[in-house]
Amino acid sequence: MSGGWEPVIGLEIHAQLATRSKIFSGAATAYGAAPNTQACLVDLGYPGVLPVLNAEAVRLAVRFGLAIGASIASRSVFARKNYFYPDLPKGYQISQYELPVVQGGSLRIELDDGSSRTVRLTRAHLEEDAGKSLHENFHGLSGIDLNRAGTPLLEIVSEPDMRSAKEAAAYMRRIHQLVRWIGICDGNMQEGSFRCDANVSVRPAGSTQLGTRTEIKNLNSFRFLERAILFEIDRQIGVLEDGGRIVQETRLYDPDRDQTRSMRSKEEANDYRYFPDPDLLPLEISEALIAEVRATLPELPDARAQRLVAEAGLGAGEATLLTASRELADYFEAVLAAVGPGHARLAATWVNGELAAALNRDALGIEAARVDAQALAGLLARIADQTISGKIAKEVFEAMWAGEGSADQIIDRKGLRQITDSSALEQVIDQVIAANPGQVAEYRAGKDKLFGFFVGQVMKLTAGKGNPAQVNELLRRKLAS
Amino acid sequence: MALSKEDVRHIAQLARLALSEEEAADYAAKLSRILDLVDQLRQVDTQGVVPMAHPLDMAQRLRPDVVTEEDCRDLCQQNAPRAEGGLYLVPRVID
Amino acid sequence: MQGDDRSIAELARALRERSTSSRELVAASLARIERFDGALNAFITVTPEQALAAADAADARLARGEGGPLTGVPIAHKDIFCTRGVATTCASKMLANFISPYDATVVERLAAAGLVCVGKTNMDEFAMGSSNETSFFGPVRNPWDLERSPGGSSGGSAAAVAAGLVPAATGTDTGGSIRQPAALSGITGFKPSYGRVSRYGMIAFASSLDQAGILARSAEDAALVVEAMAGFDPRDSTSADLPVPRYVAELGRPLAGRRIGVPPEFFDAGLDAGCAARLREALEVLRQLGAEIVDVSLPHLGLSVPTYYIVAPAEASSNLARFDGVRFGHRSTAAGSLEEMYKRSRQEGFGAEVRRRIMTGTYVLSTGYYDAYYLQAQKARKLIAEDLRRAFDRVDVIAGPTTPTPAFRLGEKTDDPVQMYLNDIYTIAVNLAGVPGISVPCGFVDGLPVGLQLIGPAFGEAAVLNVAHQYQCATDWHRRRPADPPAGAKR
Repeated sequence: MSGGWEPVIGLEIHAQLATRSKIFSGAATAYGAAPNTQACLVDLGYPGVLPVLNAEAVRLAVRFGLAIGASIASRSVFARKNYFYPDLPKGYQISQYELPVVQGGSLRIELDDGSSRTVRLTRAHLEEDAGKSLHENFHGLSGIDLNRAGTPLLEIVSEPDMRSAKEAAAYMRRIHQLVRWIGICDGNMQEGSFRCDANVSVRPAGSTQLGTRTEIKNLNSFRFLERAILFEIDRQIGVLEDGGRIVQETRLYDPDRDQTRSMRSKEEANDYRYFPDPDLLPLEISEALIAEVRATLPELPDARAQRLVAEAGLGAGEATLLTASRELADYFEAVLAAVGPGHARLAATWVNGELAAALNRDALGIEAARVDAQALAGLLARIADQTISGKIAKEVFEAMWAGEGSADQIIDRKGLRQITDSSALEQVIDQVIAANPGQVAEYRAGKDKLFGFFVGQVMKLTAGKGNPAQVNELLRRKLAS
Repeated sequence: MALSKEDVRHIAQLARLALSEEEAADYAAKLSRILDLVDQLRQVDTQGVVPMAHPLDMAQRLRPDVVTEEDCRDLCQQNAPRAEGGLYLVPRVID
Repeated sequence: MQGDDRSIAELARALRERSTSSRELVAASLARIERFDGALNAFITVTPEQALAAADAADARLARGEGGPLTGVPIAHKDIFCTRGVATTCASKMLANFISPYDATVVERLAAAGLVCVGKTNMDEFAMGSSNETSFFGPVRNPWDLERSPGGSSGGSAAAVAAGLVPAATGTDTGGSIRQPAALSGITGFKPSYGRVSRYGMIAFASSLDQAGILARSAEDAALVVEAMAGFDPRDSTSADLPVPRYVAELGRPLAGRRIGVPPEFFDAGLDAGCAARLREALEVLRQLGAEIVDVSLPHLGLSVPTYYIVAPAEASSNLARFDGVRFGHRSTAAGSLEEMYKRSRQEGFGAEVRRRIMTGTYVLSTGYYDAYYLQAQKARKLIAEDLRRAFDRVDVIAGPTTPTPAFRLGEKTDDPVQMYLNDIYTIAVNLAGVPGISVPCGFVDGLPVGLQLIGPAFGEAAVLNVAHQYQCATDWHRRRPADPPAGAKR
């Protein structure tokens, strides 16, 4: 990328709201049903049927608005966005246009270098999802499945506040974390529950005017978002540096080729003819409802991370990792409660370390961890009371992960209890000193780094069970004398 | 206000109606007449008038989040011009 | 005698007393349809088997003493209401083969009340018309003069009731589509307030204007049937969650003390002199019954036609986008590409007037024109509704003509859409404001019926029905019947 250009990026994220039934009908929203078996008359746009708004979708939208500090519109309006497409049964999408339910708000994003910045949100509005066109070969035709039609969506629109692909990805991750944290969306990107459109433009560094933007549609992974934006920034700079002009258009990212391409077919003069949907009166949201939703809002990720720093004495980085999801934070706090407040760093190190690695290796979410919070706390308690060393603990953890029992059972069965009996350790140390007179002489002559050799020898003879601190202390004393 | 045949074709495209040449001319004439009728409104002073989108001055009524609908695919697809394997079939959608 | 002349209340009493049976009434209705609908073309679909089965079920209930006040009475539904398992065409080629998988709320409620549906009545295509000439199934003929229109869009329902084929038929009224055909066909047509009757299952024309109602022989009959179809419906979020008053209980109230407003704007140059004379006579009857006749002004009434012809086509253009040949309805066989399929299916499936309104609506909503047309129309709508609201601060009902002239000849206005639109001048404001209105017969001009329109405040149906009923107690215009048309099978 040339240094003279500044990218400007805004995202539109579509989050499917976690309701049981659709936004305007009583059909189920469950994923994966046989084609068109979850499309009722309303979803099919049958003649004569009418939409009736799902109260839960409204509550979930309010929940999001409160979580980002937005204002909740006391009165918002549903509008029709008119266009023809086979997966859009009514020939219009019910959405919100001039008066969305959530207005404003902001979110802090953290970058890899440890810095953070604030991204402002323009709005979030309720709308219905469309169905799917399947392009497999049906005698040269397309097949339409309308199961997804009418699934509630929250479209979350940011201001063009991001300046790099990394920032955009960080923002998308942050929204993803938040919607799952507050329980409004399952965040499943493979199933399309969470997807993103990116508006990208570039301008000469220092300029305050926005360049012409393109919209990259349907990015369904953080990596694709980042790759697509990187490609698009480069493409736009290339066009501009060659003296060309950017055409405002919709583009599609092709992950196989790692490039974006124009979707010309969607470009022919769309005029959506928005107007207020006469089937739906204005949506009024009372202060009472807002207060009710606010009362059920969990402690948010930032607040929780700050609390972990303040109360448990964790580092900011550790706390951020532990609050990646509400389930993880709950897990951590359950471990901490069981093992005792004095062992927060130990607990954090284990949850972010061994546990995270095991989950990652087996591609499991925290809710499917094979070692639950109580069990992990049982293991950490044995480290804390010096029954086993940290090194042995990793072996015990693997055994627990493999389902071999509790920490205590495994320690007993395998005889892993740490040797803390000084006289027993002294015997072993005497043996080592007696067996290695040459090294002892060298050490005593000033070759300090041989100390590790003696520790290793002791550990070898104790099968790793010698208490490391005690071994060190006794060795130093014996070697000095 | 007079509409040209070009205007008519553009509107017909938005509305997805196929128009023959004669029809375009006929529409241009008749729609222009209709627009003359509705153009009377342009002269009306509506400064400060709150637009009325709907006759009911009420808030929207919501429904509880309950699944009430059962699968009606087979019945509905009896009305479909073309359906197969549970899908509605249409000429190929090009993205 | 032209058919059964008994009122619905009388029929219901006879049924409960078992001096007649539902099967007898339904069979008689089917026989008259068979005999005279060839000349009238009032029905698109007749359902004799279902009707007779329902009649037998009604008789069984009556025999067990389980019947309600309407059990066993025949009725017809405008073919805009979805009826499960029965063709529901909206008088369009687009839906000529459409079988509804569900019942409209109106259909469901009337069936639950025991009314027996004998068939589906003809109408203007998608209710877009004032003469019934836009039907894909051909025009309906006015029983008073077969060369004339019965009005529209509920023309089939109006003709069927006027000719004594059924005692009542449902209708819908977006800009006068119940009241205008009732006036031109010499019967009573009642449109309740917007929100009073569920729109669920009523194929939408203009969602903020459409309202279901009834065409019958008298205000009393209308009150009985509307009570059974009205009320909150959770499937229509624009239906009002208000209790439905017992309209019938209010009918007998004397008119002494009722204030009836008469706006000069209703008696403008456009009103036929003969009609004006009949109306003045009607107002005199009301005055003699004790009502006080008061001048009220509706200064923005003249804006109602242009306002309506922006709002209604705009909503219609969007409501009719679902007819795309994908899931139901007509699909052109000529289509190759997807675009072609859309355009040809819609071009072939919709008639000229429907296409014209879709075009108008698409235009007024399009970029650059929205503010000048649609938004301006919404403001004008507010002015019109405010005129009415202010008037109802002073009066209980407003009286005036339903139509500028009696029934016009078929073909007379088909070449000029604007001439046809102007025919709605007196009925449209009622829809724009969402208030209730009724048309009752008030005499004849050259042998053709004339209608008196009575308008009430929002959810004030009881006052409208009361005044109409009292007028009908003092007059017998609503008892006049046309001669039976020549018998003959449907072409």
